[in-house]
Amino acid sequence: METTTVNNNFKSEEYFINMGPQHPATHGVLRLLLTIDGEIIKKVEPDLGYIHRSIEKMCERDSYQQIVHLTDRMDYLSSHINNEAVCLTVENALEIEVPERVKVIRTIIGELTRLASHQLWWGVMGMDVGALTTYFYGFRDRELINDIFEETCGARLTMNYNIPGGLMYDIHPNFVKRVKDFIAHFRTKLPEYDRLLTGNVIFQKRMRGVGILSKEDAISFGASGPVGRGSGFSCDVRKHHAYSALDKVTFKEALRTEGDSLARYEVRIQEMWESMSIIEQLIDTIPEGDYKVATKAVIKLPKGEFYQKVETARGELGVYVVSTGTKNPYRLKFRSPGFSNLSLLNHIAVGGKIGDLVASMATLDIVVPDIDR
Amino acid sequence: MDLMKVIKTEFMTNEALQNLISSWIPELEFNEEGSQFLNITVQPEQLHLLMSQLKTNSETNFDYLFCLSGVDWGKELGVVYHLESTTHRHIIVVKVKTEDRENPTLDTVSDLWKTADFHEREVFDFFGIIFNNHPNLKRLFLTEDWDGFPLRKDYVDEINMVIK
Repeated sequence: METTTVNNNFKSEEYFINMGPQHPATHGVLRLLLTIDGEIIKKVEPDLGYIHRSIEKMCERDSYQQIVHLTDRMDYLSSHINNEAVCLTVENALEIEVPERVKVIRTIIGELTRLASHQLWWGVMGMDVGALTTYFYGFRDRELINDIFEETCGARLTMNYNIPGGLMYDIHPNFVKRVKDFIAHFRTKLPEYDRLLTGNVIFQKRMRGVGILSKEDAISFGASGPVGRGSGFSCDVRKHHAYSALDKVTFKEALRTEGDSLARYEVRIQEMWESMSIIEQLIDTIPEGDYKVATKAVIKLPKGEFYQKVETARGELGVYVVSTGTKNPYRLKFRSPGFSNLSLLNHIAVGGKIGDLVASMATLDIVVPDIDR
Repeated sequence: MDLMKVIKTEFMTNEALQNLISSWIPELEFNEEGSQFLNITVQPEQLHLLMSQLKTNSETNFDYLFCLSGVDWGKELGVVYHLESTTHRHIIVVKVKTEDRENPTLDTVSDLWKTADFHEREVFDFFGIIFNNHPNLKRLFLTEDWDGFPLRKDYVDEINMVIK
């Protein structure tokens, strides 16, 4: 224990405190070892592995079709996009060209996933800083997207809708109408989010100038997604390495330069508007055609190495496959956005208070199974 | 129009990258087969020199380390670094291998990219590769008393592993 003298009369002392693994604001089983002096944070050390399942090791014994199903157990709020990442890796390696219909549906579903994820984030974000109502607003609107997913693929959380070669089933006849109804509904509801929380003075004071991350540090820490873009780091994979039908749509990359908690918050709000715009550009022009191309029952990737990156709701997900030409990958690495984003938590929290740590962490939007793969 | 020109000349093709990088360190091995990126294989002794050049040289400017993976190639253990330049937008892959399975040691790059801190701890945890000069090298996911390194190919755990 280090002891320092303050004002010659009072002594301050550093001590450890545990936050988690069962703390509600850690959004999962994450333990943070805080070194604090009074209420000032000196160090944050994440202790990981409480729910580590070694998905990468499991992938080495599974077939490529099976691997798809493991990925939505990582970042379960971006499950469609995770599935898509593995499918794209396999399709690119085998040089399979999926039908245009598949590409468009994948992009629409991906953006719906992003919307649902941001809605949930917004709900719990408000709750973390003491605004309970947001939780109900967020979940009310997310429910409508989940209903669409349920009708489309039978699942509300772990979708498994994408398969190598296309989609598991064609879209439901109601799909187009329901998506349009949802967008019309959510365009009137998203301004409510701003009215309820964004402009709130207490909320602004908790957010502005707190948890600042510079652009250089964002790049160095490998930050991606809204965390990187809140610091002015243009890192949207959808812009720089477009996949599926994302090269056919126009949208603005949400960027802020402040790098504080409020900037990361604003990026996600703007992304919700952009996602709705992307869906609207595609929903009326879903091409006719097959919803999948036939693949072999046993998929063998050629010998070599393959890398695919996609933009999940949390940032850049990378799939790195080393293949020796067999039906299983020799090595498969998931570069998960949450892992890199968590590594910068210490950097932005040191010098602040515990309450600020909770707020900053909420804007990192951590999903623990994404980190404990 | 002028701006477009500048961006175009800043982006380096794989060939240009290879010419430039091999002028720094002659003994590097370049490979483009079976990968969509240019792959460089470097000896462990020259790893840190190469990586700091890649990051600091203004023509390459690889400032974004977007993936760092440990790989067990059977005989050798090693690390694969995926690098991207956020200004020039070119991508390169650096590989380093060591045949020492008892005591595999590589230099850290966490002084160049802060993200390497956590990623190297993950590689240490699952592959047992020791990173010289790493500020905080200890297990990240597994407990301190865990026996062995699970992502190595010769790892056996009869109780917890389902072998097909």
